[in-house]
Amino acid sequence: MLNAEVKRELTEILGSSYCKDDPQSLVTHSYDGTPMLQSLPELVIYPENTKQVSQVMKVLNHYKIPLIGRGSGTNLCGGTVPVEGGVVMVMHRMNQILEVDIENLTATVQPGLNTKKFSQHVEALGLFYPPDPSSMSISTLGGNIAECSGGLRGLKYGTTKDYVIGLEAVLANGEVIRTGGKLMKDVAGYDVTKLLVGSEGTLAIITEATLKLIPPPQYKKTMLAMYSDLYDAARTVSKIIESRMIPATLEFLDNATLQVVDDYAQLGLPREMEAILIIEQDGDKGSVERDIARITEICHSEQAKQVSVAGSLEEAEKLLTARRSAFTALARLKPTTILEDATVPRSKIADMVLEINRIAKKYNVQICTFGHAGDGNLHPTATTDVRDTDEIHRVEAAFAEIFEATIRLGGTITGEHGVGVVKAPFLEWKVGPAGIEIMKGIKHAFDPNNILNPGKIFAKESRKRVVIQRG
Amino acid sequence: MAKLKDEAKLKPLTNKLRMLLDEDQLTNCMRCGFCLPACPTYAETGIEAESPRGRIALMKAVNDGIMLPDAAFEEQMNHCLGCRACEPACPADVKYGQLIEQARDAIEDHKQHKPMVRLIRHTAFHSVFTNPKRMKLMGQGLRLYQRAGLRTVARGSGLMKLFPKHMREMEQILPDAAAKGVAEQIGTRHPAKGERIATVALFKGCIMDVMFTDTNIHTVDLLTAAGFDVVIPEKQNCCGALHAHSGEGEGARSLARRNIEAFKQAGIDYIVSNAGGCGAILTEYDHLLQGEPEWTADAKWFAERVLDVSDLLVRHGREICFSKNVNKQEGAMQEEASGSIRITYQDSCHLRNVMRSSGAPRKLMRQVDGVTFVEMKDADRCCGSAGIYNITQPEMAGQILDEKMEHVKAADASYLLTSNPGCLLQMKLGIEQQGLGDKMKAVHIVDFLHEHMQN
Ligand SMILES: Cc1cc2nc3c(=O)[nH]c(=O)nc-3n(C[C@H](O)[C@H](O)[C@H](O)COP(=O)(O)OP(=O)(O)OC[C@H]3O[C@@H](n4cnc5c(N)ncnc54)[C@H](O)[C@@H]3O)c2cc1C
Ligand code: SF4
Ligand code: SF4
Repeated sequence: MLNAEVKRELTEILGSSYCKDDPQSLVTHSYDGTPMLQSLPELVIYPENTKQVSQVMKVLNHYKIPLIGRGSGTNLCGGTVPVEGGVVMVMHRMNQILEVDIENLTATVQPGLNTKKFSQHVEALGLFYPPDPSSMSISTLGGNIAECSGGLRGLKYGTTKDYVIGLEAVLANGEVIRTGGKLMKDVAGYDVTKLLVGSEGTLAIITEATLKLIPPPQYKKTMLAMYSDLYDAARTVSKIIESRMIPATLEFLDNATLQVVDDYAQLGLPREMEAILIIEQDGDKGSVERDIARITEICHSEQAKQVSVAGSLEEAEKLLTARRSAFTALARLKPTTILEDATVPRSKIADMVLEINRIAKKYNVQICTFGHAGDGNLHPTATTDVRDTDEIHRVEAAFAEIFEATIRLGGTITGEHGVGVVKAPFLEWKVGPAGIEIMKGIKHAFDPNNILNPGKIFAKESRKRVVIQRG
Repeated sequence: MAKLKDEAKLKPLTNKLRMLLDEDQLTNCMRCGFCLPACPTYAETGIEAESPRGRIALMKAVNDGIMLPDAAFEEQMNHCLGCRACEPACPADVKYGQLIEQARDAIEDHKQHKPMVRLIRHTAFHSVFTNPKRMKLMGQGLRLYQRAGLRTVARGSGLMKLFPKHMREMEQILPDAAAKGVAEQIGTRHPAKGERIATVALFKGCIMDVMFTDTNIHTVDLLTAAGFDVVIPEKQNCCGALHAHSGEGEGARSLARRNIEAFKQAGIDYIVSNAGGCGAILTEYDHLLQGEPEWTADAKWFAERVLDVSDLLVRHGREICFSKNVNKQEGAMQEEASGSIRITYQDSCHLRNVMRSSGAPRKLMRQVDGVTFVEMKDADRCCGSAGIYNITQPEMAGQILDEKMEHVKAADASYLLTSNPGCLLQMKLGIEQQGLGDKMKAVHIVDFLHEHMQN
């Protein structure tokens, strides 16, 4: 329970209807999209502006009470679960588009703004904001920035970090800082903007962001390549990149994922295929047509059973929408879906797919794989049931081995979902003890009292890395 | 101390919820949030607890013993419109509709209604809706009240002021009740015009048959014209939807059993409904009776045969010619002659989200020669009527309706069509409230098509 004095001070700042500790508010802010993780906060607050955020932080810093920023709670790493209690701060009321600057091609927004709403807004103005996480119809830009989210277009257009050029943020002590600006170049000191992107709410609360916009592509085409062998599909991915083509989208779905996605979307996808690739290219008409023709050739030479090009933009959009539902659709198989975010160099994607399947077999668990193959970013997803503890243990062991394989192939434990709670024990595998120390130093400089999203990124104890010898 | 007392008081309800809530469905929700943008109450408030994911989390918290089913919990369960827009939005196929019904069932079992509400609920759920004769009597009573000019007296004398505002407004838009239902007016058997494609049984509905009898008659006309033999099984009764959505599970099941018996004997290929709210529950009789093995086969037989009238016409019927220059009504005809008539459509939530039918009505509207169908913004969003929601939650229903009417205005159509009596009344209410009565009319899609049918 929160000290009554703290609650009184916060209520004074926010007003009683935006400061809630009834059971209903607490329960509905105890989770996010992460499976098997729930922990009740002590208070839920809804600030309206930067000033309130700053006042709140001063109070909490004084009493050393944890503060967890929250967008729409769709992250998959436990990022908004208040594992050490404290106050959840929901950013939804700060959801305005403050400006779209047509001369500089930038937009300035508040963090609680919905990603898709923003994206549609700038598209209507003839501009383009490429980052498009599959959760974009729900997620907030603040959440995207804090997680440095990627999306289906990451391959060609990069991820959130490539579009954030300025921030306003509130530090743990309540100070408000501004970083970057409407500038395409800026080397005045450390790049704090980029440091805050992907900081998972552990360094500061973002209260405003300036985003870079680009002119939209004039033309696009979407195709579907179907394979009776997983490995052929994965090799096609590396071959396309090797041939010096960067499609806008290059997504991979295995058979199990394909089936559940079609159960949901009812598109008549080729359910008998072992794997499919969804490929989109955009740009000017001539080069799009040329790339699509060359990619079709590559697909065929890598044994694709069939290649088809979407007849209309509408059909293409349906395909991409269906792809976005993949993760949730997998819950049709079994109630608990545990998804990982392994990312390897793109040339290693086929090896990674084989490793995942080998490991799934070894531990006798079902792992379905889909993901942003063109980025080398796969989402091996275990379908299981929380109530089956034995299987959950096997799933955990399988994932530890998948992380190990990822690192062995030169990859990382998370490509876009963040470390949060769930990957904290593995972070040291990727960055090493010295890497952890420097990150802890940064954290301490920003937040000496450790009130911002405590328990995230840094584990109490790192997992021991078991290197599996195979031979 | 107070907490312990609460716990003891809420123990029976907690147990009941644990017994009724389907734990598999609760676990199947993996909290991805895909349903959030589809939910009208979440859109309206932006509060997690007002979203499908939030409500499921609350149910699960009660089930897991993290939270007590206190008054706020109950309130939240009642805040849900039951529009079920969250179901087609959910890639994991979580059966939210079942969960909310289970929760309401448990709550209803333990509820201490105020005496007045108890009386109304009892009369409605246990006497009127369960009994076709009483339903008819009520229709006649209503008709008498309307015909005898009592309505005028009541409205004029301020008698109506004794009722809450929303009920008063509702009273004004109620259509005149008919003394005789469809079967009594035109008989129970109607042969197909031309070659017979299949035999269908009309589910006439209780409110439909009292307040919208003409729509039932028009449905029969459309069906025979499209090549169907139509029978109207006499022993049918209320579908049970209002019961199921209001936590009267046993009432709903008993009505379902009686309907299955009535239709089973009719020797038919399809069961057709012209009210999305009724049709939806009819397609779920198999689920409703899942605890009763002796009914499994028949309930499945029944549920599989149910189709909405639009779907039946589009999927199995012969194409009917609809065009503008028939059954002229003056004002309408002039407009139509000038070719400027625009129509728009408000989806019935249960037709769209449970029966998953949204294309068929649109296809039919586009087939009408000489009228232009315009899609209004958020036509797939609940209008706030949602069964008796506009009576139990007038504030939220009002907000939702106001927003809906903004989109209706923007569509700038002369006809606003719907596929469900509840939605139709709500749209009429909206038109009345906004003073749009001289510009547009809310009409059941069947009536509109019938008016434009070429014989
Ligand atoms: C079905 C599904 C598909 C997904 N697909 C993708 C995908 O394709 N690519 C991808 O990268 N991710 C994906 N995700 C993960 C997730 O949606 C993203 O991480 C998203 O950016 C989270 O946004 P949110 O608004 O829900 O943030 P939340 O989950 O609410 O918060 C995420 C993190 O940001 C912090 N935070 C939120 N707002 C602020 C703020 N204003 N200041 C500081 N910190 C803040 C929180 O403390 C938390 O650590 C997916 C998730 C789901 C459920
Ligand atoms: S879309 Fe389905 S699984 Fe996702 S939160 Fe909503 S109900 Fe749960
Ligand atoms: S039924 Fe409608 S109101 Fe209720 S949770 Fe689902 S979408 Fe929201």
